[in-house]
Amino acid sequence: MSEPILSARDVVVKFSLRGQVLTAIREASLDLYEGQTLAIVGESGAGKSVLTKTFLGMLDANGWVDSGSVMFEGKDLAKFATEREWLTIRGKKIAMVFQDPMTALNPLRTVGMQIHEVLELHQGLKGEAARRRTIEILGQVGIGDPGMRYSQYPHEFSGGMRQRVVIAIAVACNPRILICDEPTTALDVTIQAQILELIRALQTRLGLTIIYITHDLGVVANVADRVAVMYAGDIIEYGTAEEVFYDPQHPYTWALLSSLPQLGVRGRPLYSISGTPPNLFSEIRGDAFAPRNPRALKIDYVARPPYFKVTESHFARTWLLDSRAPKVEPPETIRAMRAKYVR
Amino acid sequence: MAQDKREALIEVKNLRVEFRIRGSRPFVAVRDVSLQVFKGENFGLVGETGSGKTTIGRAIVRINPTAGGVILFKGRRINGIIPKELDREVTHKIQMIFQDPMASLNERAKVDYIVSEGLYNTKNYRDEQEREAKVQKALLEVGLLPEFASRFPHEFSGGQRQRIGVARALIMEPEFIIADEPISSLDVSIRAQVLNLLSDLQKTKGLTYMFISHDLSVVRFIADRIGVIYKGQIVELAETEELFSAPVHPYTRSLLSAIPRPDPRVEREKRVLVYDPACHDYSKDKPRWAEVRKGHFVYGNETELALYGAVVTRPG
Repeated sequence: MSEPILSARDVVVKFSLRGQVLTAIREASLDLYEGQTLAIVGESGAGKSVLTKTFLGMLDANGWVDSGSVMFEGKDLAKFATEREWLTIRGKKIAMVFQDPMTALNPLRTVGMQIHEVLELHQGLKGEAARRRTIEILGQVGIGDPGMRYSQYPHEFSGGMRQRVVIAIAVACNPRILICDEPTTALDVTIQAQILELIRALQTRLGLTIIYITHDLGVVANVADRVAVMYAGDIIEYGTAEEVFYDPQHPYTWALLSSLPQLGVRGRPLYSISGTPPNLFSEIRGDAFAPRNPRALKIDYVARPPYFKVTESHFARTWLLDSRAPKVEPPETIRAMRAKYVR
Repeated sequence: MAQDKREALIEVKNLRVEFRIRGSRPFVAVRDVSLQVFKGENFGLVGETGSGKTTIGRAIVRINPTAGGVILFKGRRINGIIPKELDREVTHKIQMIFQDPMASLNERAKVDYIVSEGLYNTKNYRDEQEREAKVQKALLEVGLLPEFASRFPHEFSGGQRQRIGVARALIMEPEFIIADEPISSLDVSIRAQVLNLLSDLQKTKGLTYMFISHDLSVVRFIADRIGVIYKGQIVELAETEELFSAPVHPYTRSLLSAIPRPDPRVEREKRVLVYDPACHDYSKDKPRWAEVRKGHFVYGNETELALYGAVVTRPG
């Protein structure tokens, strides 16, 4: 197995909000392998975006990395304090594609200028050279007639085309890591399929390592080499796409998969998760998912499970994997998926 | 097939909806759409952004005026100018659930008022006591507590807010509910709850739904029949299983091929078909809306229809 390009260990992120302290990320750890795509899944508020923002120094002013480390190219990003340090990483080495292409672009400047600006700032290209490179990049992300499109404004582009422009801006500086934060949520399925294909093509051509944030498990199955499932600020399961989809271990992963209409049986009620995610202002005891888990064990309310190793690449934070745990059968949908997993 | 005996609750014939922008030619949002919704069924309407699916729903509840065609409710025309009593009946019997529960509830009103607004407008209650009883019953039916009536929308989560939207529709005792993307703005774990609620209500109250969505996988799970709409025109309509097993229109096929499936191996093998409207040559041979097999309608010209017919009837 190759060495990870980025490793986060026990990252804790806190925010101070109206005099209270909220713990958004609770000791999350993950490894990102060169040239692969890691998908981070979870509900809104699970901390998917916040965790990746710590890799870019883009946390809001009231938030900070409390402890833990994020190792990238021999440096600990969690120790970065000044904007000057971050400018050596943000945009250059690690770039981000945002969710909503309607708001990520400046409506008052031409699309060409917005890419041009990035090239001038980061790569020192000037004038005609930057213009030529911009047109080349626009062509690379699949925009037809880039010469003409260069001088058009964002409102003249459709949603899918705008997302291509946002991707163009992100890859303009040849970053090593590209973080895509729900880049297709606002798009139609057919356009979504095209954008996913584009991202995959760019990954091969530019040798990118990708973090893909989404709540859509269908998209995860499409893009991911590895999957991290987040719940209440913690990565509760981490493994290759096949391991997480065909042999999930954590009850939350079971619940997420079973509640999908794609896997449901018509005429029968879907498996639904009751309750709401925990309040992050208060301290969470034990397994954060326990109150919503009908199969919760007593220990789930008392002690937080450590990461249990399932295989070399598959980890889950659930007491069910402890040798003393009773045998708990996953829901029917999961058993059916497991049956497919023949090796 | 038993289909012919089924009673059509809603019948839409050659519906056309236009939007006029001052000084320019009218924009045709829906053209020549014909469909039937049978009593007790769940009809799915699927299309992409801007395809006109919501416009059809809004035309049925009389929000958008129609430019042509007829809409029949239990055999009576309900579009255009209609008598006052019929208008009132339509307001009662046809209700809508909106997409975004964060935007569709009045932030300054209490749940009690939001849910009973329809009652106030139609004066459909004898006294205050009866109104309160109706509100409590509606809240219980959607799985909320009656005491929630005195709270404001911001005190609820997304899923609970969508339940309030459902209660607001239910209190009118409707027969037909148009659900416009009721789950697309909800979180994954909450979607299942709302879907289950809608199917339970359908069973217990004998409701008829039109389920508008862009997500084919959800519609497959919940709808009995599905209409696929492209740029204001329904291109294919069939029973759910038939549409998924034997789609014939190239647009339907492309849409089906693009659905993301939560299965890495299937996704890796997946080939997305791209729909190019230029593949149709309608210059001489004009297209029409035709039934290629019992209950399976497609929009195409004679040559295409012959081809589609062959695909549909092919054994296996």
